[in-house]
Amino acid sequence: MTSPLQQKLKISGPVVVTANRLADGAVVYLSADRAWTTELADATVTTSAPVAQELLAAAKGDRLRAVDPYVAPVRVAANGSVQPGNLRESIRSAGPTIELPATG
Amino acid sequence: MYLYDELDRTLVAERVAEFRDQVARRLSGELTEDEFKPLRLMNGVYLQLHAYMLRISIPYGTLSAEQLRMLAHVAQRYDRGYGHFTTRQNIQFHWIKLEQLPEAMADLASVGMHGMQTSGNNVRNITTDQWAGVAPDEIEDPRVFAEVIRQHVTLHPEFSFMPRKFKIAVGASAHDRAALRIHDLALRLHRNDAGEAGFEVMVGGGLGRTPFLAKTIRPFLPTRDVLSYVEAVLRTYNQFGRRDNAWKARIKILVHDLGVEAFAKEVEAEWQSMKDGGLALDPEVFAEIAARFRYPAYERLDDSPPALVQARRAERRFDAWVNNAVTNHKVPGYAIVTLSLKPQGGTPGDATAEQMQAIADLAERYSFGEIRVGHEQNLVLPHVAQHDLAALWRALDEAGLATPNVGLVSDIIACPGLDYCSLANARSIPVAQEIASRFRNLDVAQNLGRLHINISGCINACGHHHVGHIGILGVEKNDEEFYQITIGGRADEEARLGTLIGPAVRYGEVADVVEDIVAAYLELRERPQETFPQVVQRTGIEPFKERVYAAR
Repeated sequence: MTSPLQQKLKISGPVVVTANRLADGAVVYLSADRAWTTELADATVTTSAPVAQELLAAAKGDRLRAVDPYVAPVRVAANGSVQPGNLRESIRSAGPTIELPATG
Repeated sequence: MYLYDELDRTLVAERVAEFRDQVARRLSGELTEDEFKPLRLMNGVYLQLHAYMLRISIPYGTLSAEQLRMLAHVAQRYDRGYGHFTTRQNIQFHWIKLEQLPEAMADLASVGMHGMQTSGNNVRNITTDQWAGVAPDEIEDPRVFAEVIRQHVTLHPEFSFMPRKFKIAVGASAHDRAALRIHDLALRLHRNDAGEAGFEVMVGGGLGRTPFLAKTIRPFLPTRDVLSYVEAVLRTYNQFGRRDNAWKARIKILVHDLGVEAFAKEVEAEWQSMKDGGLALDPEVFAEIAARFRYPAYERLDDSPPALVQARRAERRFDAWVNNAVTNHKVPGYAIVTLSLKPQGGTPGDATAEQMQAIADLAERYSFGEIRVGHEQNLVLPHVAQHDLAALWRALDEAGLATPNVGLVSDIIACPGLDYCSLANARSIPVAQEIASRFRNLDVAQNLGRLHINISGCINACGHHHVGHIGILGVEKNDEEFYQITIGGRADEEARLGTLIGPAVRYGEVADVVEDIVAAYLELRERPQETFPQVVQRTGIEPFKERVYAAR
């Protein structure tokens, strides 16, 4: 049986590797220096499946800082700015779409 | 209120110490996530989209003022100042940090609260009527039986690794306020022709991907046999339930596949072998457990005191609230008060720390220190003297807790949906808010009568959409949110599953569709008392379908 880490990754556009930070669950992205950042703008973006695979393998190897890493789609604007690729990722990145009770 | 004994307190304290050690070992790297995940789940700690979520059990929905005050403290100190009451009478905190969880749990343990069995394949929090012990139409307080079962199944090794989770509800009134038939196992206390109290036993209910209403396997079970019979059902499920496919593992699938008669036969055979053993309820033990439920020392009061009558005449808003949120109590001169957690623009079921504090204070002043959580995601003050209603209303109104929309179209049941939940496909809360905003005119809402809208953000159906009069299910198609609409469901003693009216609609169309359905209902109903589900039952879905899709 093929290990999940060796399975081929199908991607159809730019992606990042994302996870939740172990200590507090905050959404984090894998950055160029293989560190984790809470800023999507600092995430490593790739359109290459092998590179994404490699990033994911590195993320999974980090057992101490991040939980449940996976490859998530992003959109890269003409000016190079990176935006989440779907609603779920937008909500992960920016928080709930509703006004939170205590901050209202 | 039920008073926990030393055994409960020790168990909860030991669990906190154990979890503190497990968190430390996870944070140091000694435990991997694969090793830690089942341990955190055993304590109600989930990882959601933005943060960890802590789900805290509220047995049979009963809280003391002290416990609610502690929940307010946890919300303020460890979370973002609010909590979310769920359709299973529990509360969830959505922003809790793993590194602070042991402290939060220790604080909760100081008032007997914990997250045990709020996750995992065990018997979950046993739910009941939020008016238990005070409803005029009740036979006996169902919480005593729920407590007997809770004690038996808490950390019971045989029932800690069942094929899937197991939800039990207990009711004791003719009118079902506990949504009994959507539970894995439901017990309804009633009287037989000889006037004796016993349980109708129903099994195999559940929503999710394959919804079923529970079927009766025993019309009358003497109360002394309740624990042995529950045990027989659990053993039968544990033995025959599927473990190879999580989607087919719930008892509803087993009951459906085996057939209800065959399932009942298995349970009976199991039960016959042990019904007169140690699980037959000993009247003394039962009395001891019942005695730990403390009931208020009610005063002798008259119904409708002059002060109340006068206050209702003097203040129209107060009168509207009394009509909507106040119900008869079994003791003369008292009332059951429902606190709507569905204000305009709010999130169904959310309460801020300040509101929890205010409710705890008001419960102490006006409700003998007791609060209930209902599966509709509202709170209840169960023992309010009618002469205190006006003062209570003024305080609730100030705290934003007196919206007179209980049971009306804007009293929407909704799961957290894609705004929080990692399982969700679509958002629930903003859909609920938009619908509630369309029906913010309370005269319009009153004119519609009881109308229950239920919204789930995924097929797991935490918002009980299948049994909503109008049910809304969020699905995802090509990264876009769509919503399937069902009508005609209901969760009470005439429980039914709703019927899908047609193709799913887009996020921005849902409130329009609900308005169309409501307009069709108003045209179709033959008299104001004919409720929405009654009309759907009489006409079928066609006229509604036509109304919704003709212009789309």
